[in-house]
Amino acid sequence: MGNEYRIALAGNPNTGKTTLFNALTGLRQHTGNWAGKTVTLASGTVAYKDKTFHLIDLPGTYSLFSNSKDEETARNYIVFEQPDVTLVVLDATSLERNFNLALQVLEMAKNVVICINLIDMAEEQGIHINEKLLTRKLGVPVIKVSARNKTGFPLLLDTLDRIVTGKIECHPMTITYSDEIEEQIKKMEPKVKAIIGDRLSSRWVALRLLDGDEALLDELNKYLVREGTS
Amino acid sequence: MDGSKVVKLAEAEKGNVIKITSIQLDGVMRRRLLDLGFVAGADVEVVRKSPLGDPIAYRVSQTTIALRKEESMKIEGELMSNGK
Repeated sequence: MGNEYRIALAGNPNTGKTTLFNALTGLRQHTGNWAGKTVTLASGTVAYKDKTFHLIDLPGTYSLFSNSKDEETARNYIVFEQPDVTLVVLDATSLERNFNLALQVLEMAKNVVICINLIDMAEEQGIHINEKLLTRKLGVPVIKVSARNKTGFPLLLDTLDRIVTGKIECHPMTITYSDEIEEQIKKMEPKVKAIIGDRLSSRWVALRLLDGDEALLDELNKYLVREGTS
Repeated sequence: MDGSKVVKLAEAEKGNVIKITSIQLDGVMRRRLLDLGFVAGADVEVVRKSPLGDPIAYRVSQTTIALRKEESMKIEGELMSNGK
């Protein structure tokens, strides 16, 4: 059992996330519930070397700020279920739009891989993407794939393997806000940390609280009760 | 042309391109619009208006999104091009 890992797939709608999911899992999927939730998510498995990756296909969303049930489901999975790696699937032809979600995920999780999909379409449109530069700037691996043509998969799987075995360490970039916000974060973070410990990113939780995210506060309460009693 | 003319998205004509300067909305709706690409500095093109002029479809960050007047009245920007 020590060789099983959970990989959550997040991404905007129409980025080929489910195509990637199906290509990787070979449609070996089933839908499943998880603790205390009624929403079902597709999951499937990929065997790689001596490991089994359980892929979880989160709902496609533009954001993770809980404007809808889908966003809440995806957000809660990434934050509270804490997959071993969160794979963010982006549309290579529309990176500006897609990076909104990617940057949100980088704020809430540590082990993140950015997967730039539809790279074949982007190249047809004359779009060139410097994934090495992006990797340096974002602090997490950035990999170009074409789910349709099944290109880039070996590197993607190898990267997942190296993250779960600790051979690659992710250092997601920190987004710096205005002085006013940073000052408040600094005040709140120690208090947040005292309550939630190291299980979640205290900076992220402080930011959400500053934003007045009451839905998150409810989830946080449920999470702490659940963790405390189990 | 006069590049510094400020217009509301709701008042722009078909074909106009507007560079967003301010979004006078708060809370969930503001967040939602930001997520959809209506951010300061973004170029928005008026794609088409419905027969009664509401909602209006805008092209933003390579996607078409329709807004009601309630929201588009509260988004302002510089008129960059009138599409002619």
